[in-house]
Amino acid sequence: MTTAIDVAGVVKTFGQTRALNGLNLQVATGEVHGFLGPNGAGKSTTIRVLLGLLRADAGRAVLLGGDPWDDAVELHKRLAYVPGDVDLWPNLTGGEAIDLLARLRGGLDERRRKDLIERFDLDPTKKGRTYSKGNRQKVAIIAALASDVELLIMDEPTAGLDPLMETVFQDFIGEARKEGKTVLLSSHILAQVEKLCDKISIIRRGEVVQSGTLAEMRALTRTTVEAETSTDATGLGELPGVHGLEQLDGRVRFAVDGEHLDVAVRKLGELGVRSLQAHPPTLEELMLRHYGDELKENGSETGAQAADRAGAQDSGVSR
Amino acid sequence: MTTATAAPAAPEVSSGRGKTLAGTGTMVRFMLRRDRIRIPVWIAALGISSISTLSSFETTYPTAADRESAAEMLELPAMVAMVGRNYAPDNYTFGAMVGHQMFIMVAAVFALMSVLLFVRHTRAEEEAGRSELIRSSVLGRHAQMTAAIIVVVGTNLLAGLFTAVGLGSSELEGVTMESAFLYGTSLALVGSTFVGIAAVTAQITEYGRGASGMALAALGLAYVVRAVGDVADNGLSWLSPLYWGFTTRSFSEGQRWWPLLLLVGLTVVLIALAVNLSTRRDVGAGLRPSRLGSPTASHALSTPLGLAVRLQRGSIIGWGVAMIVFGIAYGSVLDGAEEMFAQISALEDMIPDIEGAGLVESWVSNLMSFLAMIVSIFAILAVLRLRTEEVGRRAEPVLSTAVSRQQWVGSHLTVAFGGSAVVMLLAGASFGLSGAIVTEDGGLFGRILGATAAQIPAVWVAAGLAVALFGLIPRFINVAWIIPVYGVVVVYMGGLFGLDPWTRNLSPSGHVPELPAADFEALPLAILLVIAAALTWLGLAGFKRRDLTTT
Repeated sequence: MTTAIDVAGVVKTFGQTRALNGLNLQVATGEVHGFLGPNGAGKSTTIRVLLGLLRADAGRAVLLGGDPWDDAVELHKRLAYVPGDVDLWPNLTGGEAIDLLARLRGGLDERRRKDLIERFDLDPTKKGRTYSKGNRQKVAIIAALASDVELLIMDEPTAGLDPLMETVFQDFIGEARKEGKTVLLSSHILAQVEKLCDKISIIRRGEVVQSGTLAEMRALTRTTVEAETSTDATGLGELPGVHGLEQLDGRVRFAVDGEHLDVAVRKLGELGVRSLQAHPPTLEELMLRHYGDELKENGSETGAQAADRAGAQDSGVSR
Repeated sequence: MTTATAAPAAPEVSSGRGKTLAGTGTMVRFMLRRDRIRIPVWIAALGISSISTLSSFETTYPTAADRESAAEMLELPAMVAMVGRNYAPDNYTFGAMVGHQMFIMVAAVFALMSVLLFVRHTRAEEEAGRSELIRSSVLGRHAQMTAAIIVVVGTNLLAGLFTAVGLGSSELEGVTMESAFLYGTSLALVGSTFVGIAAVTAQITEYGRGASGMALAALGLAYVVRAVGDVADNGLSWLSPLYWGFTTRSFSEGQRWWPLLLLVGLTVVLIALAVNLSTRRDVGAGLRPSRLGSPTASHALSTPLGLAVRLQRGSIIGWGVAMIVFGIAYGSVLDGAEEMFAQISALEDMIPDIEGAGLVESWVSNLMSFLAMIVSIFAILAVLRLRTEEVGRRAEPVLSTAVSRQQWVGSHLTVAFGGSAVVMLLAGASFGLSGAIVTEDGGLFGRILGATAAQIPAVWVAAGLAVALFGLIPRFINVAWIIPVYGVVVVYMGGLFGLDPWTRNLSPSGHVPELPAADFEALPLAILLVIAAALTWLGLAGFKRRDLTTT
């Protein structure tokens, strides 16, 4: 398996701000990779370093086997980019912008262009300044998907799209995956990432704090268990790996580390289970666990609790 | 919530029919806050333009005889078209000179300010989507427009007042406080009329550029109607609001206030019309629906150069037309020029002495260098487009395709360098052609065209400086404006101010051989070309290394 994107220890500062703080990111060829993190975490900066629009201060970045800064033009023939904020030329129509961007990249597939315009329901005769945010984004998405490239880099591509168009977008990414294209998809729409991505990297303050498949991430974290038992369940609290035990009228609720789930379930059996519910952390909880401390500082109880259920910082995940 | 409470009574919605102006005061303060620098600068610039001219007249035309010969020169049809018919030829005091020669020009700038400021606070806000945000709060339907009218008319009145006080306190011959106030009020009311015009055009189109474009076209029309009417002297001028202000005849014995009523009346009618039109449209929409364009890009739009040309097409055409008009206007006065210079001692100061050259040729070569300074504005604007595209986040998608940074910069530089050469040559050709026709000297065409061509390297140095700044210190790209500004003040008008000749050497224009008055010299032009190339290379090299501005 080859690596489409390999970033190691990249640092990028803007004046006082350290936007990227030794960032590592690996994306294998043919993989749809979700790049998760809140605003300001460094997603767009990473992407712009990969596109050779910004120059890294330190570290190494390899894109499709080349240097993103020195080999920009050659590499850009093989990739297509959808920016997070799409601004179009006010007096060019959407159709003209699509053609222009695709031609500058090296050509476009006319049939595919037609199909995309139809499926995304875009009016290509309107001038750039008259498009809404969602429609501007459609222009950039269509221009990217109509080009025959190996790599798609998308920075929150669907932030302005309605749910219907979101589905259309997911279909096209599915097709791209089938064709063996590599996709780096920055997003904070978790459902989208959960549905589309083979692998996920979570970024926080300019560093990737966790990377892997969703299943791997879940295995490394806590499962939430809710059960009704016939006998008193106080003893559960002393088991290894059990956290945050709550009891109310014969019902218990606790979180347990993945590796200790087995023991906890066996103990529940001994206590006489009447009903049992267990669910792995949602992606939301997975993400929040990296941000729990920040949320707590900012006074958000819900976020902090969710983060706690998914497991605090100490659960030894790969960094 | 533990205790059940009675559902809160829905606040009564009182009929809001009479409250279409709610929040106007807040909007006025908001606009003043946004323009706390812009408005004072406009007021100062507008006032100083008249005041400084008055004092320069004092030194340029010290004697009554000087002023009389100046008045004679101003009888030439080209001059009448430019500034208007002299209404006080027998008693051409300093005041009358300002009222006659300056009014139309300054009034046009008042109008320009009115249009730009008004559209900035109304249609441009709507286009950007900010009006929607503001209108959704407690703000009456007409509050935004009303506030903009208050702010811009108020700016006009203050600028008029500043002008009046500045002129009135000069105590020069023919300048009374009353006549200065008439002059200032006339200017302010012409400006206010264009607030009304902009208020109407802002209802018609969805775009700020369209609205100000239409209003400025109305200004151009008003100017041309007045020019034609003044030359023909047939009353056509009365159709132009510029003329209404002019015909108050400030600083003359026949000065009169009543034409101002026409301006006030038209302003009121236009504003009423705009208010009425605004109730017939939605927020963000225009009365005229926006046009659709081509669903696919033409073949030309496949390269960075194709894009740059497309983006700057309008500007190239506009400048080309303006330069042709400029060339024809000046070329057509060439035959009377010799005679008119002979009469005016002051103009000789303005024209540098060039050995062995006639006055007209010196004047032409001085004009050539002025032309180059004007065209360098085009060249700098064309280079600035790079920065606009970058900051506007439209460079990012292009540079993420297989377009190198040099190619992208090169595309706009082709427009800047090529376009400025074309615009310059158009001016020279039209100047030379109309000059050759009126003087019946066919050789003039080639001489003048050659003289404009010789100015091109100086224009390119200005463009080159802008490129260097763009590549190396993009935040200071506006420093490039120093070249045309220094050129106009020091090289073009330096003689008038009595500046030392060496000050000319700091400007690229100071090194261009003064064709057609002096002989051609290749070396200075070659050096200018090398400097332009070096600056451009520096800019390209700098841009290749730096981060793209992406926020």
